[in-house]
Amino acid sequence: MKAFLLHKEQDFNLEQPLPPNEPALRQDLELDTLFQAMAQNDKYIRKIVEKVVLCGTQDIETIRYRQAILKDCIKNPAIVRQIYQIPIESVESQQRHWMGIFSNYPTGILAGAVDLMELFVSLLHRLKKIADEHASAFESEGFQRFFAMIRKELDDAYFARVEEHLARLKFEDGVLLSADLGDGNEGRNYVLRKSPEKQPWLKRIFSQHPASYTFYIHPRDDAGGRALEDLRNRGINLVANALGQSTDHVDSFFKLLRAELAFYIGCLNLSEQLAQLDEPIAFPDPAGMDERRFTAAGLYDVCLALTMNQKVVGNEINGDGKELFIITGANQGGKSTALRSVGLAQLMMQAGMFVPAQTFSANLCSGIFTHYKRKEDASMKSGKLDEELKRMSEIADLITPNAVILFNESFAATNEREGSEIARQITRALLERRVKVFFVTHQYDFAHSFYAQKRKTALFLRAGRQTGGTRNFKLSEGEPLQTSYGEDLYQKVFQTKS
Amino acid sequence: MTFHSILFETGTPDLNVDEPACFADLNLDQVVNRITAAKQEYNLKPFFYTPLRSAAAIEYRHAVLRDLENPALTAAIESFAEKMASVRRYLDMIKKLHFRLHQQGWFLKMVDVYCAAVANLAQALEQLQLESSGLTAFRAYLAAYVRSEGFTTLQAEVQQLKAALSSVKYSVVIKSNAVQVQKYAGEPDYSIEVLDTFEKFKQGAPKDYRVKLNEASGMNHVEAQILSCVAKLYPEIFASLNHFCTRRGSFLDETIRTFDREIQFYVAYMAYIADLKQLGLAFCYPEISVEDKAVFDMQGFDLALAHKRAAEGETVVCNDFYLQDQERIFIVSGPNQGGKTTFARAFGQMHYLASLGCPVPGAQARLFLCDSIFTHFEKEENIKNLRGKLQDDLVRIAEILDHATPNSLIIMNEIFTSTTLKDAVFLSQKIMERIIQLDALCVCVTFLDELISMSDKIVSMVSTVYPEDPTRRTFKILRRPADGLAYALSIAEKYRLTYASLKERIPA
Repeated sequence: MKAFLLHKEQDFNLEQPLPPNEPALRQDLELDTLFQAMAQNDKYIRKIVEKVVLCGTQDIETIRYRQAILKDCIKNPAIVRQIYQIPIESVESQQRHWMGIFSNYPTGILAGAVDLMELFVSLLHRLKKIADEHASAFESEGFQRFFAMIRKELDDAYFARVEEHLARLKFEDGVLLSADLGDGNEGRNYVLRKSPEKQPWLKRIFSQHPASYTFYIHPRDDAGGRALEDLRNRGINLVANALGQSTDHVDSFFKLLRAELAFYIGCLNLSEQLAQLDEPIAFPDPAGMDERRFTAAGLYDVCLALTMNQKVVGNEINGDGKELFIITGANQGGKSTALRSVGLAQLMMQAGMFVPAQTFSANLCSGIFTHYKRKEDASMKSGKLDEELKRMSEIADLITPNAVILFNESFAATNEREGSEIARQITRALLERRVKVFFVTHQYDFAHSFYAQKRKTALFLRAGRQTGGTRNFKLSEGEPLQTSYGEDLYQKVFQTKS
Repeated sequence: MTFHSILFETGTPDLNVDEPACFADLNLDQVVNRITAAKQEYNLKPFFYTPLRSAAAIEYRHAVLRDLENPALTAAIESFAEKMASVRRYLDMIKKLHFRLHQQGWFLKMVDVYCAAVANLAQALEQLQLESSGLTAFRAYLAAYVRSEGFTTLQAEVQQLKAALSSVKYSVVIKSNAVQVQKYAGEPDYSIEVLDTFEKFKQGAPKDYRVKLNEASGMNHVEAQILSCVAKLYPEIFASLNHFCTRRGSFLDETIRTFDREIQFYVAYMAYIADLKQLGLAFCYPEISVEDKAVFDMQGFDLALAHKRAAEGETVVCNDFYLQDQERIFIVSGPNQGGKTTFARAFGQMHYLASLGCPVPGAQARLFLCDSIFTHFEKEENIKNLRGKLQDDLVRIAEILDHATPNSLIIMNEIFTSTTLKDAVFLSQKIMERIIQLDALCVCVTFLDELISMSDKIVSMVSTVYPEDPTRRTFKILRRPADGLAYALSIAEKYRLTYASLKERIPA
C-alpha cells in the first residue's frame, strides 16, 4: 500500500539531499519567506515543502500529476486536512504510549509490536471510513487511485485475519521451534512453527507418540534460565522481526502519507494567503527541457507580496525561443524583483505548484542556479572579485546543459572593461552549453556587446521609468542604455532629505 | 627436482627482522606496511626486509611471478589461502571449547576445509600451464600428496560424516522450564504467515528487528543438553563421528603449511600493484645488471605516491630516466612542488624492489643490483643533538661515504639548505667530487645549478611547468639543462572560468 501522491508510481524520497546550491538559492530567491508562508510555523510541513520545492522534478508528467492533485486539494480543503490528521495521530500516540519496539529482546519487541499494531488497526479503520464517504468528490488520478486502494486492501475479512494473529502471538501454549545442525554440531535455522491444534484426549491416548526426550531447567539455575530464554528468543526472533517490520511498514505508510500530504497542505496555506491579497495564481504549462520557452503575464515576486503583505506589480515577458535575457536599467527599477520572480516561478513550477502569475509557461530546466552580488567578505580572506569567481567556479562544477542561471550584478567588482570581459566569456560558454541565462547588469560594455550581435535568441529588458523619474517598476523590452539612472536615485534621496 | 621453498631456490637465508635504513626516506615503509597490512598473520615483513644477492635468485622469483600473472592461478591460491586461514582459526577455537560433541563437530569441519583446500589447489595446478621451476616443483609435490592413501581415506570419511549429520532435523518445545526434544514432524512456518498478512504495507527496505543473539560463539549447557538429546535420537551417526575424531589427530602437512605462508609474499605484492595496473600504470620485470651501471626506466613512478593518488582518484605522472656510458649521477633541479623528491624516491624504490625480485614501476627497465642504498633526506632539527644542523648533515653524509662502495646507490635530497649559498655550493661540490670519484650511482635533488657542470658523469634533470600556464606543474622531470622560470597568477584562469576552460568543464 502506497500513498503515491507526489509521484505516480514511486514514493517521495524523504532522504534525498537538498541540491548543493541550496544555500545560495535560499538566500537569493528569499525562499524562507515562501516556506514560512507555506508552513505557517509547522516545522514538519516546513521540512517537507523545502525538500519538495528545492528538489523539483524534471518530469512533465509528474508536474501535471501534482497539479491535478493540488486542484483537488484547493476544491476540498476540509477533507484533505481531515485525512492529514490521521498520520499525525499515529505519530502522537506512538510518542505517548509506546516504547516496546526499542527492546533488546525479541520477546519485548514482539509485545511492543503487537501493541502498536493494535493502534494502527484503529487508524486504518478511520481512513477506510473517509474513503467510503468522500472518494467521489475527488477527480485527480492521484486521489482516485489512493481511495480505490484503501477500499480494496482494507476490507472486513482482512481486519479479522489481522486480529487473529495478534491473539496467537501471545504464545500461551509454549513455543515450538524446529532446527538442524550446523557447523560444529551447533543448532541452527531455528524456525518458529505453528503448533498443531489441540486434539481430543481420547485420540491423544491412542495415537503413536514419536520418541522424545524431555529435560527441565532447575528453578535456581539462573544461567540455564537465561539460556532457555535465549533459545526462546531465537525462536521468536523472526516472527518478532516480521511483526516489527510490519508495524514499520504500516508506520511508513502513514509517514509517507503525512509527508506527501504535507506538501499539499503547504500549498493550500499559500494559496489561501495569496487569495487574501487578491493576487492571482496560475497552474503553469510546462514544456520539455529541450524547448526554449518563457512566457508570462502578471508574473510577480511572491516573496515581495508576502513580505509587503499587499498586491505587487507583475511583469509581462515574452521570451519564447530565447536563451539569453539581459535586464538593464534604473536602480530600484524592479530588476532584482523581476529576476527573483523568474527564479521562483521556475522553481515552483518544477515542484508541481501553481505559480504567482496570471499565466505562465516555461520549459523545464535541469537545475536553477543563482549568482548574486554579495557583501564584502568580512573575513578579508579573499578579494571581492575573487570571491565572486570562486562562487561561479562552484556553480560550474554543478551546472549542466538546460539549466537556468540567474546573475544579479555579477562580476562588477572590478572595472567595467575587465568585468565585462569576464562576464562575456562566462556567458558565451554557458550559452554554448545550452544554459538559459538571465543577467541583471549595469555593465554597459557587456550588455551592449550582446545587443550588437543581434542574436535572435537574446531578449533585452529594461527597468523602465516614466518621464519625470517616477519609476513604474515594470520591465519593458529595449536596448541597454549607458546610464542606470543613478542620478535619479541621488536626486530622490537628497530631495527627500532637504 | 625436489621442492624446497617458493621464495628461495636453494636454502633459506637468515632473514632481516629490522627495517632497512633507507625505508623511511624512500617511503618504502609505507609501501611495505600497506602490502602486508591485510596479511599480518603471515609475518611477511622479513621477506620484504631481505634483498637478494644474485641475479639467479631474482630470476627464480620473476619466474614464479610470471606464472602468477595467470588470474586462474592467483584465484586458486587465494581460495587455498582462505581455507588454510580457516583451518588455523578452527584449531585455536577447538582448544577453547567445553563440550565433547561440540568439539567433534568443529574438528570435522576443520578437516573438511583442509581437505578441500589441498584437493582444490592440486586440481587447479594440474590444469594450469606452469613455467617456473618453483611452482612446477611444488605442483609435483602436491600431486603426490593428494594421491597418497592417507589423504584419500581422510577425505572419504569426512564426506560420509557430513552427509549423515546434515540429515538430522529436530524440534524443541519450550514451555516455562521444560524442554522437549523430538524429530521434526513438518509443522508449518509461522513467521511467514505473519509476514504474509502484512505484506501489502511493505515499503522499501525495512529495518531489521532481528536481534543478534550471540549465535557465533559456542554452546551453553542448555544447548549442549539439547544436543545430547539429539545424539540419542540419532545414535549411529554420533558414534561414527566419535570414532573419526579419536583416530585423526594430526593431519596437517608441514611443506604445504610453509608454502601457504611464503606464496603470500607474491600475492601481497601483486595485489598491491593490481589497482595501479588497472589505472594503466605499467610494471615490468627489470633486467638485472650486476656490473654495467647504464640503468634506465621508462614510465616509472613513485609507488607510495601513486598508491595514495590513485586512492584519491588523482592521476599519476610517470617519468623516464636513463644513464649511459660514463654517466652515474642525476642532479635534479627546477620549480618546487614539481616532483623532484618524488623522482629521487622512485629511483631508490625501483632499485630496492628489483633486489626483492619484484616487478618495478615502468614499462621497461634495466636496474643495477646494488649492495646498499644510502639516503640523505632533510631532517628536522634535533634538540638533543648538540651539533648544529649543518654539522649534523655533514656527519651523516660522511657516514654514508664511509660505507658506500662503487656498487652502492646514494640518494640525497636538498642537502645544505640551512647555510649560505656560498657554503652550500662549496660543500656540495666537495661531496659531489667524492661521489664522482667513487663511481657510485647517485641522485641529488638540489637548487644549486653549479653542480651540473662538474663532471661528464652528471646528468641534469629538471622539473617542468606548462609553458602556457606557468602556475601548473607538469610533474614531468626531463633530461635537460637547468633553467629558472618565474610564475604569474591570473585570477580568472585560477578559477578555470575563461571561455575555453568553462566550456570544457560543463558537460556537452
